Amino acid sequence: MPTRCPVCGAEMVDLLWLVPALSLLGFLTLAMAGGWFSRKTIALIGVGSVGLSMVVAGLVGFAFIGSSDSPGQPHDQILWTWLQISGFGPTIGFYLDPLSLVMMLVITLVGFLIHLYSAEFMIDDEGYRRFFAYMNLFVVAMLTLVLGDNLLLLYLGWEGVGLCSYLLIGFWYRDPANGAAAQKAFIVTRLGDVALAIGLFLLFTHLGTFNIQDLMARAAEQWPVGSSLATIAAFLLLGGAVGKSAQLPLQTWLPDAMAGPTPVSALIHAATMVTAGMYLIARTHVLYSLAPTAQTAVAVIGAVTLLLAACSALVQRDIKRVLAYSTISQIGYMFLALGVGAWAAALFHFTTHAFFKALLFLAAGAVIQSLHEEHDIYRMGGLRRALPVTFWTFLIGAASLAGFPLVTAGFYSKDWILWEAWASPLGSPWLWGAGVTGAFLTALYSFRLVFNVFFGEAKTEVGSRPGLMMEGPLIVLAAGSLVVGFLEVPRALGDVSLFSEFVRSVLPSFETTASITTELALQIATMLAALLGIAAAYILFLRRPGLVTAVTGTVWGSALSRFWIEGWGLDRLYDTWFVRPFLWVAQTNKDDLIDRVYTGLAWLIRQFFAALHRTQTGQVRWYAAVLAAGSVVIVALVVLS
Amino acid sequence: MNAVPLSIPLAQGMLLAGVLFAFGLIGLLVRRNLIFMLMSVEIMLNAAGLAFIVAGAQWEQADGQIMFLFILTLAAAEVSVGLALVLQLYRHFQTLDADAMSRLWG
Repeated sequence: MPTRCPVCGAEMVDLLWLVPALSLLGFLTLAMAGGWFSRKTIALIGVGSVGLSMVVAGLVGFAFIGSSDSPGQPHDQILWTWLQISGFGPTIGFYLDPLSLVMMLVITLVGFLIHLYSAEFMIDDEGYRRFFAYMNLFVVAMLTLVLGDNLLLLYLGWEGVGLCSYLLIGFWYRDPANGAAAQKAFIVTRLGDVALAIGLFLLFTHLGTFNIQDLMARAAEQWPVGSSLATIAAFLLLGGAVGKSAQLPLQTWLPDAMAGPTPVSALIHAATMVTAGMYLIARTHVLYSLAPTAQTAVAVIGAVTLLLAACSALVQRDIKRVLAYSTISQIGYMFLALGVGAWAAALFHFTTHAFFKALLFLAAGAVIQSLHEEHDIYRMGGLRRALPVTFWTFLIGAASLAGFPLVTAGFYSKDWILWEAWASPLGSPWLWGAGVTGAFLTALYSFRLVFNVFFGEAKTEVGSRPGLMMEGPLIVLAAGSLVVGFLEVPRALGDVSLFSEFVRSVLPSFETTASITTELALQIATMLAALLGIAAAYILFLRRPGLVTAVTGTVWGSALSRFWIEGWGLDRLYDTWFVRPFLWVAQTNKDDLIDRVYTGLAWLIRQFFAALHRTQTGQVRWYAAVLAAGSVVIVALVVLS
Repeated sequence: MNAVPLSIPLAQGMLLAGVLFAFGLIGLLVRRNLIFMLMSVEIMLNAAGLAFIVAGAQWEQADGQIMFLFILTLAAAEVSVGLALVLQLYRHFQTLDADAMSRLWG
C-alpha cells in the first residue's frame, strides 16, 4: 500500500516534482515581484520556499523508504517531453533512487539551514532580494542536476548551478576583483563542461539515448571492458567532473571563489555544487567499470589533489581560503573513493562533508562578521569565550573534518574510504598511504584554524554577536556532523551498514577478501594519523608557535610556504602558458580579415555621413529649394522616361 | 463623348495655376520674413486648388471641387499652426528672419 498525500490524495512519491518546483516558485516570486516586499517578506519567501522543498523531499523520502510492497524501488516520474525531433525525445523527468534521494535530502536540508542563516547574515545587504533569488535558483538547478533522469536534463542543471555560482561569486560586483573571480570560476569550469558536452554527444551518437538508466544498460551490453569508446567517454565525463569539483588540474577557481558571501561558499562551494562531479561519476559508474584506465585516473587525481590541496590549506592566512583548499582536498577523498570503486563510500563522505563543511563555513562567517570582516586568522584569537556557540560548533566541525576517532561523522566516512582504498581490487597501498597522509594534514590544518582563531589572546575586538537565526543552523549542522556517521560503522567497531545497504541497489559494493584484523589495524592507523595531526597542531600553533616561524624563517621554508600559499604555483603557470598567450593572440588577431570588413563598412558610413551632413544647414529656405528641385527631378523622370 | 465647351480652355487655366505656383515658390525661396513665407505657401496651395477646379470643370466631375474644399481646410489648419509657431518664434528670437533661426544644423 503506497503512502498517500493527506492533502491531495496523490501517491507521495509522485510529489517529487514539487521539490524543485517549490524553490522555483520562490525564485520567480522574488525575481518578478520582490521589489514590493519588505525584507521580512523576502526572507520568508526565500527561506520558506526551500523549507517547503525540504519538507516535501522528506515526505517523499519516507514514502520511498517506507513503501512496503517495493522498498527502494526506483521511481521515474516523467512530466513531459522536452522536445521531439525524429527519434530524439529527451523528457523532463525526475528519477528517484537511493543515490538521488540521498543527494536531494542533503541539498534541501543543508540548503534550508544555510538559507535560514543567510536571512540574518545578509540582513544589512542592499542586494537582499537578489541574493535570495539567486540562492533559490541555485537550489532548483542543483535539484534538477541530481534528479534529472537523462543526461540532457542533468546538463541543464549542471550549467544552471554554474550560472548561479558565477552570479553569487560576483554578488558584490562593485569590486572588480569579485567580478574577476566570478569570471575565472565560470571560464575554468567551462573548460571541463566542454569535455562533458562532447562526452554527452559521444554517448548519444553511439548508444542512441540520453536516458541514464538505458544508457548504462546499453553501454554494458555493447561495450566490452576496456573498449576505447567507453574509455574516451569516461575520460570526457571526468573532464566535466574535474572542472566542477575543482580537482587537479582545474582546481584553481575554487580558492578565488571565496570572494562571494560566506553562505554562498557554504552552500555552493562546499556542500553541494562542487560535489556534482562526484555525483556524475557515481551516476555513470557502470561506464567507469567498463573503463578501468579512466577509473584509475579518477583515483590518482583524487589522491594527488587531496595531498596538494591539504598542503596549501596548511599555510593560508585567510580563514575562508583554508576552508576552500580543505574542500578541494575532501572532494579529492571522494574521487579517490570513486576511483577504487567504493561508490557508496564516496556518497557517504559527500553526506558527512556537506554537514561539517557547511558548518565550518557558516561558523567562519559568524566569526568574520563578529570581527568586522576580518579574514586573517593571525588577527583573530581568543574567541572561545566571546563566541561560545560558534566556538563549540566550529570545534565539532573541525573535529569531524579532521576525522576525530569514534565520535565524529568525518571519521567514519574517511575511514571507510581509506579502508576501501586498501582493500578494493582497484585499491593499492599507495592510494591508502596518500589518504592517511592527507588525514594527518587535514587534522593539522583544521586544528591550526581552531587554535589560531579561538585560543590564545584576543587580537581584534568582538563587535556584534551572531543571533538565533545564525546559531540555530550551526547547532543543527553540528549535531549532523556527529550523528550522521553512525549510519555506517565498520565491522570491527560495531558493524552498522544502514547506509551501504540502502544504496546497494544503485551503487554496488565488492566482496572483500581482507580479514577483519587488517581492517582494525588500518583503522587504528587512521585514528593515529588524525590524533597525531591534532597533537602536532597543538604543539606547533598553540604551545610553541616559535617552531613554525623558525621553519618559515629559513630560505627554503619561506619559499615552500609561499609556493603552497599560491596553490603550487598553478595559477602563475596557467597565466604564463595559457592566459597570456591567449590574450596576446586575441590582441594580435584583433584586426583580422573579418574584422576589416566591418571596420571598412563603418568607415564607408562615416564618409557618407561627412558628405551628407553638410546639407543639414538649418535654413528652412534651403530645404524648401531642395524639396522643389527634388520634385522637379522626380516629375521629370516620370514624365520623360 | 460630347464635352460641353468651356469658357476657359484647360491649357490656360493650368498655365495660370502653374504661374501662381511658381510665384509662390519663388516668394518662399527669396523672402526671409516668416509671414511672407507663410503667405507664399498659401499661394502655392491655392494654385494647386485652382488646378483641381480647372480639371474638374474640364471633365465635369465634382471631384475637383471636393479636393479644393480639402485644400481649403488644410490651408486653414496650416495657417493656424503656422501663425502660432511664428508668434512663438518671434517671442523667442525677437525677429521674423527665417535665416536667423538656423541652429538645427548638423
